[in-house]
Amino acid sequence: MADFIMPSLGADMTEGILVAWRVEAGDRVKHGDIIAEVETEKGLFEIEVFDAGVVDRLLVQPGPDKVPVGTVLATIADKMAVATVPVSEPGERLRVSPAARKLAAERHIDLNRLEGTGPQGSLCLADIEHAIGETVKEQAVPAPAEPKKPDDFKAGMRQAIAAAMSLSNREIPHYYLATDIDMSRALNWLAEQNRERSIKQRLLPVVLSLKAVARALEKVPELNGHWVDGQLQLKREIHIGFAVALRKGGLITPALHDVNRKSLDQLMADLGDLITRTRTGKLRGSEMTDAGITVTSLGDLGVQTVYGVIYPPQVALVGLGRIRERPWAEQGLLGVRPVLTATLAGDHRAGDGHQGGQFLDALGRALQEPESL
Amino acid sequence: MGQQEMRKLTYRDAVREGLREALQKDERVFLMGEDVGRYGGCFAASKDLLEEFGPERIRDTPLSESTFTGAGIGAALGGMRPIVEIMTVNFSLLALDQIMNNAATYLHMSGGLFNVPLVIRMATGGGKQLAAQHSHSLEGWYAHIPGIKVLCPATLEDARGMLWSALLDPDPVLIFEPAVLYPMEGELAVDAGAVEIGKAKLLREGKDLSLISYGSCLHKSLEAAAILAEEGIETDVIDLRTLRPLDEKSFLASVAKTHRALIVDEGWRSGSISAEISARIMEQAFYQLDAPVERICSAEVPMPYAKHMEEAALPQVVSIVETARRMVHG
Repeated sequence: MADFIMPSLGADMTEGILVAWRVEAGDRVKHGDIIAEVETEKGLFEIEVFDAGVVDRLLVQPGPDKVPVGTVLATIADKMAVATVPVSEPGERLRVSPAARKLAAERHIDLNRLEGTGPQGSLCLADIEHAIGETVKEQAVPAPAEPKKPDDFKAGMRQAIAAAMSLSNREIPHYYLATDIDMSRALNWLAEQNRERSIKQRLLPVVLSLKAVARALEKVPELNGHWVDGQLQLKREIHIGFAVALRKGGLITPALHDVNRKSLDQLMADLGDLITRTRTGKLRGSEMTDAGITVTSLGDLGVQTVYGVIYPPQVALVGLGRIRERPWAEQGLLGVRPVLTATLAGDHRAGDGHQGGQFLDALGRALQEPESL
Repeated sequence: MGQQEMRKLTYRDAVREGLREALQKDERVFLMGEDVGRYGGCFAASKDLLEEFGPERIRDTPLSESTFTGAGIGAALGGMRPIVEIMTVNFSLLALDQIMNNAATYLHMSGGLFNVPLVIRMATGGGKQLAAQHSHSLEGWYAHIPGIKVLCPATLEDARGMLWSALLDPDPVLIFEPAVLYPMEGELAVDAGAVEIGKAKLLREGKDLSLISYGSCLHKSLEAAAILAEEGIETDVIDLRTLRPLDEKSFLASVAKTHRALIVDEGWRSGSISAEISARIMEQAFYQLDAPVERICSAEVPMPYAKHMEEAALPQVVSIVETARRMVHG
């Protein structure tokens, strides 16, 4: 609320006569509007208002009585201070501190009407507080929040994983099996193969494992399918979901298609392509939905044994750990072999541990015959 | 002895006590550097330690910073806990290759296999008329390097207690001791011990302005704060203590309260740690600011020898007071 007062129209003026109002209560006024007529010894003057807002009340009625300078003649609603001095040259940007500008914006204060008292004549917090007639500075200011990074994607990803995994743990009675697989034959064969290849074309152990998973699924097809409406729906094609960790957080398990029908070279190329597209967000819709089983390989992180959570509606998840040298007893002899711990998490509604055992056995055997993969 | 019983000592004594404690506590700890043994340290920080701990653990080295810093890195990799003393920060540039290309990078280059638990102490800063080859404040440069921590104890408590925490850190830690503070007298609790590193400390509280400083400038800031308080200007005074990693939460919280920040840094202004602090305030507390962030730094000249010129080149209490006044009152 601002006051409209009897102005001093000269150093010698101490009082004046309010001759007429040009406005009524409720009229909207802006800076420079003429709202009253005042007579002094020097004549009749039109009086401007310097506040913007709405005329609240006319406190003095026009009449012959002289009114002292400074008497409140009317009140103007809206918190606007009187500009007595132009703060800046036209065209020059007002100097306003960031904190003052923020507070002024929150309280709808017109900065152009205030006079700055801060460094270099800038408007500072104190000036805004003066204008709104209250102090906000003493309020407890919370420590600045941690800078937020654009993490909508990450949050959405987390929500999706949370929903799927909660569903899985709530509804799927998991059983877990693990087996150790001697990888010496597979790795020797791989080393031989890679010797003849350029670095770009080299095969990684994981493609052998993927192909072996496909071979094992041919023998135990009951683990390749979806549990829908209380029934197991087997899949004819062997599409294997492969868990890919994203650099910005989260993971996606896109399907590598027809793993049983592809050569190792083809699989290597397809896997590279799939991982690249996963990380750049260029997957196809089908790749997101048609896997019948998932393989998660955490070996690069040094994980020995993976205890997986099945990705619904699938009914099994194969976990591959790190291939590492371990003591290995065979036929009464102790040796050191590269060993892979493979695990299976199975949906006990869709099948039993017996199938799971057959599957891991088939997987281990397939990896003993790398040349036929 | 009472628990908070205090006693008088100097900053130099506090450093020496820290060294003694480390040497007593852990037999893997040893000190090496130029003149640390028979001469007792160029600033006498290791006086009498040779007699107490012997030449195996208090080792005088040739005048070759690169060599003995490298030897320190090797010893740290080999399981020791070396404390390498370099006379002044200016001379540390001879060892910069070892510090930056080896100490700071080994953990990374070895794929996380080899960490370097090395502590390097050195004197920094002007104010002792040691001229342009012994007086600069280059700790801000070191704070640029990922892989190391940069500490600057300004108080007796920190001079006494930072060393042990630095030795416990698995990675290289550089401790910069402002040379002008060695003779500073003060009080320290009888039972003073290791202190936390990595956090700044609020040494004085006020609502009008945040004075952000470290090292010898901290004491000038505290003095200025006392003068300003008499005029009714209440200041927060923050001792950064650690320049890398910077405890930005501390000064951001302070600026959120006071809305004004004045950084006092003995380094040269261009590309300084004060520039980094200012940038972080601008980035993260812009809308809290009620005045531009200001800095008081050393004049951008090689440090003069003449007393009056050296004083003119270094940040002084009077310039802190004047700048603070202008920031608060316009």
